[in-house]
Amino acid sequence: MKRLLKGGRVVDPVNGLDGQFDVLIDGDRIARVGADLPASLAEGGEVVSLPAGLVVCPGLIDMHVHLREPGQEHKETVATGVRSAVAGGFTAVACMPNTNPVNDTAGVTRLILQKAAEANLARVYPIGAVSRGQKGEELADIAELRAAGCVAVTDDGHPIATALLARRALEYTSMFGMPVIEHCEDPTLKGDGCAHEGPRASELGLRGIPGVAEAITASRDILLAEMTGGHVHIAHMSAWTTLEAVRQGKSRGVKVTCEVAPHHFTLTDELLAAPIPFDTNAKMNPPLREARDRDAMLDGIRDGSVDVIATDHAPHHYDEKHVEFDRAPFGIVGLETAVPIAIDRLVHAGVVSLSRMVELMSVNPARILNVPGGSLAEGQPADITILAPDLEVTIDRARLQSKSKNTPYDGWTFRGGVAATIVGGRAVFVNSAAGLAMEAEGA
Amino acid sequence: MDPTVAPAAPLTGLRHKDLLGIAGLTPEEVVLILDTAEAMKEVGQRAIKKVPTLRGKTIVNLFFEASTRTRTSFEIAEKRLSADTLNVAIATSSVTKGETLVDTAMNIEAMAPSMIVLRHASSGACHLLARICRAGIVNAGDGLHEHPTQALLDAFTIRERKGRIAGLKVAIVGDLLHSRVLRSNVRLLTKLGADVWVCGPRTLIPVGIEALGVRATTRVDEAVEGADVVMMLRIQLERMQGAFFPSLREYFTTFGMTEARVARAKDDVIIMHPGPINRGVEIASEVADGPFSVILDQVANGVAVRMAVLYLLAGGAEHETAA
Amino acid sequence: MAVVMDADRISRALTRIAHEIVERNRGVDGLALVGVRSRGVPLARRLATALKTITGDDVPTGALDITLYRDDLMRHQVGPQPLVRKTEIPFSIDDATIVLVDDVLYTGRTTRAALDALIDFGRPKVIQLVVLVDRGHRELPVKADYVGKNIPTSRQESVQVRLLELDGTDEVVLDRPEG
Repeated sequence: MKRLLKGGRVVDPVNGLDGQFDVLIDGDRIARVGADLPASLAEGGEVVSLPAGLVVCPGLIDMHVHLREPGQEHKETVATGVRSAVAGGFTAVACMPNTNPVNDTAGVTRLILQKAAEANLARVYPIGAVSRGQKGEELADIAELRAAGCVAVTDDGHPIATALLARRALEYTSMFGMPVIEHCEDPTLKGDGCAHEGPRASELGLRGIPGVAEAITASRDILLAEMTGGHVHIAHMSAWTTLEAVRQGKSRGVKVTCEVAPHHFTLTDELLAAPIPFDTNAKMNPPLREARDRDAMLDGIRDGSVDVIATDHAPHHYDEKHVEFDRAPFGIVGLETAVPIAIDRLVHAGVVSLSRMVELMSVNPARILNVPGGSLAEGQPADITILAPDLEVTIDRARLQSKSKNTPYDGWTFRGGVAATIVGGRAVFVNSAAGLAMEAEGA
Repeated sequence: MDPTVAPAAPLTGLRHKDLLGIAGLTPEEVVLILDTAEAMKEVGQRAIKKVPTLRGKTIVNLFFEASTRTRTSFEIAEKRLSADTLNVAIATSSVTKGETLVDTAMNIEAMAPSMIVLRHASSGACHLLARICRAGIVNAGDGLHEHPTQALLDAFTIRERKGRIAGLKVAIVGDLLHSRVLRSNVRLLTKLGADVWVCGPRTLIPVGIEALGVRATTRVDEAVEGADVVMMLRIQLERMQGAFFPSLREYFTTFGMTEARVARAKDDVIIMHPGPINRGVEIASEVADGPFSVILDQVANGVAVRMAVLYLLAGGAEHETAA
Repeated sequence: MAVVMDADRISRALTRIAHEIVERNRGVDGLALVGVRSRGVPLARRLATALKTITGDDVPTGALDITLYRDDLMRHQVGPQPLVRKTEIPFSIDDATIVLVDDVLYTGRTTRAALDALIDFGRPKVIQLVVLVDRGHRELPVKADYVGKNIPTSRQESVQVRLLELDGTDEVVLDRPEG
């Protein structure tokens, strides 16, 4: 079937487009992008006239999510995770291997892909473990994982245990051009910390995790990437010192990329004290840091040091979060809040252009993971996100599609939202509030 | 009487159902508690040390950490006010296996107690319960966060001895990092205008503690110099396995409160300690038992202060919560 | 608002009561005064002065705070929570004749609380009650032994005793609600 998206602002940085263009979809592919395409091109199909102000861009890709399946299906499943993803405007997600069992074998990878195929909403790119069982002892079967469909490796949840193992992982993956995604954290400096080490944690009597705990591991891995020629991708960067290490690495030509989660460029550890003191939805790892760190993340996004915005979507069941702060698991859901936050706090706030936001959330994740997408070029899969940059969105945890509702943004209002998510030419999500005359097509 | 149009009357009650920390109290509320505690202290000096004030009220002492001193003090305070008291001591290990704190609290709550006095190893545990319980929550120590009644009894003892708190130099020496007593005392003493110095080995000074309005030093002589009050904090031997300092002996020689160090303070200095004391670790026996020590006064005053808190909260509004 | 007792009336009432106390107890031997906070305390002190003038003897005087004995602690939403003050009875009340002094006798609940409080301090031989004003409307079986003035009132009215020591003036006023 053909579908012509008429009248939107197309933002497609890879192809240098930012203006009024029409997009013709033929089946699961993009057939043409051009000004004033005639409706006749969609003959036998559908012409969708976009209300003024909507933006058509390459489908957004969240390269850091936890889908929890297999093993922790009470928090999230592949099916609920991708439903959350498309509701949040993401046409693809890359899922972390810290499941139970760990995604360290092709069998687990295939299971995830099979579940994703059954759900048939967003594309799912599994990420394999660096080490068997994520135990930090011996390398997992990385080539087999890659063959089964893994696009990167990580021991996320933990850092790669030793410098030696990180070296081997970078060397080994460099054979396939696969990135090693690193959860940067020195475990001895982290200790049993549960909040950013600073005046706020000191005052609240929460054990601290210093920003340097992250920067130390990042620095280690950047040096190792330099030595080995491997590609290290720094996950969920939160500390200004880490950003400095990344900048230095980039300036020396090291293959280092990095991502920042929306909460780390919007929130600080002030959220630990108010409005809800000791709110476990303010607990994530890395922790919400100080204003200096938060502002550094914005600077890094502004000046191009930051490559990717990824959510670190970490669903946890209500019961698990409804406990004492230090006993609660780390993490918040992020798939359905990322776009409103990014448009409001980055684009409307003047930090970056919409085009740059599309790079951060679509082009660069596709490039880093070597997956299709990030472009509206003819012949590309028709993975498209339609944004409504002026739509007022109030986050309501009860209406999240994710199985878990652990968000600190409940009740927050942002300007900017998702109008529709199109995966392989199929409108898998349509936001009725955006005034788009298009029907969502179920899986 | 409509309180919004009533003339500004002196403060006579707390607005809250809970006492979660000193952080949520105004200076006026602190003074009210201390003033009320003076009247309560008199009750403790009577032949019959009991008044019928909280008759028919049930107070549950829910202790997830062992504490003879604080639990006993609360229990005596409750009994002197004629409340029905119930002690529930739960070993932390059994909680990790079974019921969550929330479930335990909801079960107790179902039996409609008026107040729950909570001691728990997690910072913020009292805030959690205050959000879900109708019963008033009294913080008897939450993790490393606050121990408000200890700070109140310390302030009461200081005021009793010195007649004031504003302008006094108070030196707090010891394991600052792991001390909820420190955090509550710093909040309270700075609220009432004391000049507060904190001192300990660098490894045990919380990052950014100066943000609470104190001066931090690693030189104990500087902290004690000219002090009106020297408050020692317990070195929690069980927590020192992280090598915060090389040895107890070295700690004592560097930071222990000896008579020679006390001599740097004012002539009428008082020496305080929340207990239990490690003799020869943070404090020399001659100092703990010496003429400047008010350590046992602190214990005695604890009952009066807790009576005041319980009385004032029992009359507080049902659903307002102090942070 | 009507002044029902002025300074002179109050003074004469207290002098009369002091004489009645001496007469009824055949002197002041074994006698002690206990004022109920707040306004019973200065009244008790004034009676002590009057008794000293009459008999030449010092009568021990104490102050009793009954807040912790009130039966309306949890029902104070109608007004501010009562402030707890110190009770100061620096003498033994065992086997003594205790003259309890209060400003106004109304429902009798304050007196009930005062009796409970007093008995926690020991076992007096006898307790007698002095009030400056008895305004009626008793809810408990309480009767004053010495009354400065009986003032018939309605429940809607309020009686306020003002004393020099606390209020800067000596008078008893009767407030009628408006309308």
